Amino acid sequence: MLRISANKLDSLFEAVAAKQTLYIPADRNDGEAEYKKYETGMKLTSRLNTLRSAKDFFFPQTEDIVEFKMDGKKIEINDIRQECEDFVIFGVRACDARSFTILDKVYLSEPVDSFYKNRRDHGTVVTLACDRPAETCFCQTFGIDPTAPEGDCACWSDGSYYYFKANTAKGQTFLDSISDLLEDGDDTAELDKVIAKTKAVMSKLPLAGLSTENFGGDKLDEYFSSDKWTELSESCLGCGTCTFVCPTCQCYDIKDFNTGNGIKRYRCWDSCMYSDFTKMAHGNPRLTQLERFRQRFMHKLVYFPANNNGEFGCVGCGRCLSKCPISMNIVKVMKALEEK
Amino acid sequence: MQKAMIEKAKQLLADGTVNRVIGWKRGEFAYDITPALFENAEELEKDFVFDDFTAANVSKYLVKESRKEGKVLAFLKPCDTYSLNQLTKEHRVDRENIYVIGIPGGPKLDIEKIKAKGITGVLSVKNEDFTLKIETLYGEETMPYYEAVLDKCASCKSKMHVTYDELMGEEGEVLESSRFDMVEKLENMSSQERYDFWRSELSKCIRCNACRNVCPACTCENCVFDNPKSGIDNKAPADSFEENLFHIIRAFHVAGRCTDCGECSRVCPQHIPLHLLNRKFIKDINALYGEYQAGADTTSRAPLNDYTTDDCEASVVHERGVE
Repeated sequence: MLRISANKLDSLFEAVAAKQTLYIPADRNDGEAEYKKYETGMKLTSRLNTLRSAKDFFFPQTEDIVEFKMDGKKIEINDIRQECEDFVIFGVRACDARSFTILDKVYLSEPVDSFYKNRRDHGTVVTLACDRPAETCFCQTFGIDPTAPEGDCACWSDGSYYYFKANTAKGQTFLDSISDLLEDGDDTAELDKVIAKTKAVMSKLPLAGLSTENFGGDKLDEYFSSDKWTELSESCLGCGTCTFVCPTCQCYDIKDFNTGNGIKRYRCWDSCMYSDFTKMAHGNPRLTQLERFRQRFMHKLVYFPANNNGEFGCVGCGRCLSKCPISMNIVKVMKALEEK
Repeated sequence: MQKAMIEKAKQLLADGTVNRVIGWKRGEFAYDITPALFENAEELEKDFVFDDFTAANVSKYLVKESRKEGKVLAFLKPCDTYSLNQLTKEHRVDRENIYVIGIPGGPKLDIEKIKAKGITGVLSVKNEDFTLKIETLYGEETMPYYEAVLDKCASCKSKMHVTYDELMGEEGEVLESSRFDMVEKLENMSSQERYDFWRSELSKCIRCNACRNVCPACTCENCVFDNPKSGIDNKAPADSFEENLFHIIRAFHVAGRCTDCGECSRVCPQHIPLHLLNRKFIKDINALYGEYQAGADTTSRAPLNDYTTDDCEASVVHERGVE
């Protein structure tokens, strides 16, 4: 495998950043990590994952989509779409990498979302294998192997070296662009040990036994009218934290901003937890928090697999487990629904 | 304490004093506790928890619960009783339908502070002589207890319950707290420094509305920020103006009603110190209208609703604005 000494990682970042924008997960001053635009001296975080997910790169929280300018009775329509520049995201974890596959199914199937596709086409995803899974991790429930992440190019660290392997043509181009920094390192004994150790931890995780076997597209009738929803949704605050830190939540709203002499039309993330979610001319189809709460979990565990060959709409990153103000989450929902 | 609380709750359910209990339910880990209703002894025995992580203030749930059939038992920590009193004063709860048991307060622990130390894979957390022994997937870790205490508890204003029907444990007193220290620091900054401080904090906002939705003073049926008819509804930090104003308008709206329970900052996924905005208002109200603690009672007139000839003049804004 191709590798670079861990103490030369900075020079790799420098080389990549010299050619295109590079984002890496870096520490904030409050103990959290977030993706930041790489600047000289910036260090890769030691945190397992970023507070916000990597979906922001392809599906940002807000983006302008079209502009209308009014001049008397004339309306000028400006298509403000622009080809975005190439960029690299380094250090994406296996869970977030899988979330892109899920988002692709929504945004790259007909009709293709040109805003999303533009970013996907220009972004290169370099993943980083996990070696310290947290208690909140359950990616393996969804068949994800955090020691063998997807993405254009995968990367592993054994402490002394970072190893690289291209998964796509884009990933190969990335490796070619830094080939003068990489060396061949066929002795991966240390790395194999790290991977084996991580796998051993994975099997001992508190949520290791969580399974999707009782969920899927055929469970609509069974779960939609379950009496468990009342209790599960009882203390939900109806905030959007879970949906906004989630790497797979994909709903958006389109809004118009009156500029005085025209309209800026933009889209922004929506949350099924919000009272005006999918509000239409006739009103709101989900009147209570119970219905909105149910929507989020049914979408991930039943509706999404029903429409996507059994693939679930969750990657087990654990962000909602850490961030929900009342600690209600998909794991608790799955366990409660399964209970007969 | 947990055991005694469960016994007490079972007894009050059995003798018909209440027909349900609001408290905290254990989760998957040591710390992920959910506010929950318990309707019988089995549920209480199985899941009721009261420990270092039961920080959630359950008062706001009483807005909904006190309008239901029968009496609800609520276990309230001292800070939570201020919230309930304020809700009673604002006629948002039916106090008659709530049986309050005052229970000892914190300090409660903040799992985020433990994780910020780089301690990951947390399986259990135990306090032994003010050292936290933390069992993790990667072995045992320790850290000083006080470094993991929630911010809201570190500057606790009162160990006294301001309303209850029954008390468990010792009653405490109103404390001399350090809660205005950071506000003073901000006041002593230049306006540019202060602007930079708030911009760096508020620009982190993701408009999840957790601060608003958890706030016991925010009980509007339909918030202006959710109401398309208001013209200022939004669900995204579409521009920097938007982020700033959302929090500042909210702070204005709860001024004189915020009891400083600290839930806004506790639940913020981005760790924005929102309580500092509220504390600035509390400090100013104290200075300009006389000492006042929202939620301390249910009858007094709120300073901002009560005109007296001693009130400060509007010119105070100009005078204080001069650097």
